[in-house]
Amino acid sequence: MRGIRKAFPGVQALSDVSLTLAAGEILALVGENGAGKSTLMKILAGGLAADAGDVFVDGAPAKIDSPRAAERLGIGMIYQEFNLVPQLSAVDNLVLGSEPTRRSLLDEREARRRAEKVFGELGITMSLDLPVGRLSVGQQQLLEIAKVLSKHARIIVMDEPTAALTENEIERLFALVRRLKAAGNGIVYISHRLEELPRIADRITVLRDGRIVETRPQASFSQDDVVAAMVGRKLDAHFPQLPPVVPDAPIVLSVCGLSRLPAVHGVTLEVRAGEIVGFAGLIGAGRTEILRAIAGADVPSGGEVRIDGRSVRIRSPIDGIAAGIAFITEDRKAQGLVLGMTVRENVTLAHLAQFVNRELLIDRGREVEATKKLIGELSIRTPSTEQLVRNLSGGTQQKVVLAKWLLGTARVLLFDEPTRGIDVGAKAEIYALMVGLARQGCAIIMVSSELPEVLGMSHRVVAVRHGVFARVFSQAEATPDAVMLAAAGAAA
Amino acid sequence: MTSGAKRGGVSWTRLGVAAVVFVLFIIGVNVAANGAFLQLSNVATVLQQISYNFILAIGETFVIITAGIDLSIGSLVSLCGVVMALAANSLHLSGFALIAITLASGLAVGGLAGYVNALPVVKLNLPPFITTLAMMQIALGISYMLSRGRPVALQSSAFENTGTGFFLGGVSNALHLPGIHYQVVWMLVAGVFFSVLLMRTRFGRYVLAIGGNEEASRLAGINVGLTKTLVYVISGLCAAIVGFLYMALFSSGSPQTGTGNEMLGAIAAVVVGGTSLMGGRGTILGTFFGALLIGSLNNAMNLLDINSYLQMVVLGGVILAAVALDELRKRYL
Repeated sequence: MRGIRKAFPGVQALSDVSLTLAAGEILALVGENGAGKSTLMKILAGGLAADAGDVFVDGAPAKIDSPRAAERLGIGMIYQEFNLVPQLSAVDNLVLGSEPTRRSLLDEREARRRAEKVFGELGITMSLDLPVGRLSVGQQQLLEIAKVLSKHARIIVMDEPTAALTENEIERLFALVRRLKAAGNGIVYISHRLEELPRIADRITVLRDGRIVETRPQASFSQDDVVAAMVGRKLDAHFPQLPPVVPDAPIVLSVCGLSRLPAVHGVTLEVRAGEIVGFAGLIGAGRTEILRAIAGADVPSGGEVRIDGRSVRIRSPIDGIAAGIAFITEDRKAQGLVLGMTVRENVTLAHLAQFVNRELLIDRGREVEATKKLIGELSIRTPSTEQLVRNLSGGTQQKVVLAKWLLGTARVLLFDEPTRGIDVGAKAEIYALMVGLARQGCAIIMVSSELPEVLGMSHRVVAVRHGVFARVFSQAEATPDAVMLAAAGAAA
Repeated sequence: MTSGAKRGGVSWTRLGVAAVVFVLFIIGVNVAANGAFLQLSNVATVLQQISYNFILAIGETFVIITAGIDLSIGSLVSLCGVVMALAANSLHLSGFALIAITLASGLAVGGLAGYVNALPVVKLNLPPFITTLAMMQIALGISYMLSRGRPVALQSSAFENTGTGFFLGGVSNALHLPGIHYQVVWMLVAGVFFSVLLMRTRFGRYVLAIGGNEEASRLAGINVGLTKTLVYVISGLCAAIVGFLYMALFSSGSPQTGTGNEMLGAIAAVVVGGTSLMGGRGTILGTFFGALLIGSLNNAMNLLDINSYLQMVVLGGVILAAVALDELRKRYL
């Protein structure tokens, strides 16, 4: 690939990226979230069109304008989310879209023969007849690989293939990948788990902010160097000054041994008034699940939550809100907003009881008044309180979600990816708002996949890994490299 | 309420377009029928005819706004009618007390059936299509068992006025005007009450929010299970009211009442009235216009002496066209 560029509205996702892959080579592609790895690979697989740049396969220029074109060139992509039909069997999934037929009826015997051949070549065994939804995640992963190989792929891209696998399954996957390499296939391996790379990669390419920072043979690229190359930049200067936490400030939120199996295992944490605690970690580390268990979005399987020293029993979001917890969810469209409702209706939704008058009717005048006040305070850019939330920009929508929770008197605020997908200006405003809440004595936990954000906005940083706290850093100790290493599971 | 105007602005466009089409239609039919259509007595008849459909459709509107469906309402009309007729015949009461307690028994049965409809939807996450389909069979079966398959004739004459009388009949007589049927009064009271419930109360806001985004509603601390349960209970109560009105009209509770096109007619009125089957959007006023359009069309075709088989075809086409037009309007207007 040479000189690949791709821009999305508001961001240059890839600028002038070039890379090569030899037959029989495993190239690891690493970088932070949003560095451009997935975008680059989607371009290779024909899922996205590049703005500029060329792709060469076997030295010849290749025009990849659709997934089918990529398939014909022998490029196979294994996405992080499986593309399997869970109700169908492994055989049916394998031949999906290219089912063998005899006299225009499905030829099940031929399909089965093909499946057995592919599985035989790969040296994997699994039930051919069970619906694949009942297979383990590891087996589904292997089936995805078999699917790609059955289409005669020679260039195989794997996006985070080990994210959901157990150690045994990972070992089997690696064995398979090594066999594919030995057979002369080129493999691009995308991973966040740096500790895996020595076991599998020949070369490592680091991508940052849409550019290739460095490519080196694995043997001469230490984990510390990889992390340094990934994090690279200095912390952005646009974070506000955090007000210091008073040393004897009361403990507002105290979590003891909180579990929600299988994602969260006995988490213990205290957050003082005015303190912001940042959760860093990889996708799937269990950060969101910890917040959900505290807020009552999921029912915890064990542990205790105390607010202002009093033990509270939280079994549902209703309990969580009553206890003074506001949970600002990660996915505002799916979990935070009713898109077909107005700004006013969304803002008041969680606290409607405040607006009911003696006749049990909603007092719309007071609703409008309260919404207007919040629109002013948060500078929400909407033409009126009656605008449908669907029509607002991402950053404005996020502010509507915040307004919804600020209407209450929550003392504990849980922010999950509060600035994902919004522009720099809106980000700065949300940071300022968090600082304001801390000043008022709220206890705040923030989950973010942007390391600079966690480091710039937290009094303490927790590296979460496998549903437990890998390490807790004070603001001074929390350097990008140290947090990244702890989150990725390396011995620090 | 300046703030309301903007939001209303969205649905007023739709209502505006519908009103223009409707007025043109009425004028056209009236000319074709030599003025018979717009005679006051005919208008009163149309309103009486649509009252049953509209009251059923009110409950269905609530259910459909939560992205659910209630297929059992026709059978519940039958069951509640039979139960009320049996209750009325076994009660040693007369006059208003008899009417009130009879109605209460029907409402209890309808509400309970709605609760049973909701239970598997809320607790087991079963699709309402299935649970209410099952209730459709169960309720009708019970209705036939209780009545032994025959209409239960009312022994008291206390219900005659509700069935065939006029509201303030003396006044309309004195003024030589056609009277207003009691069914129309029931329809208007139910329409206003449930419209206020949907648009102005916390419960109504929650119904709309759950239909728009159930997970966001849950995380906002809304009791989703309770709200959904109440929605099916309302649907059952509306079916009971319609069962009561039919019983009063026919002076008997017949198991066959409500087993025709009642359920489909109610769903048609809801959908023509602009309520989204995907949930999250809908008004009682819209449903009223849906019922009015369908009822006027039926009446007009009768006046114009159109073959009744052809009437079915036209009605089906109108339902399809109304919803398709609404979809196109959303896309391009």
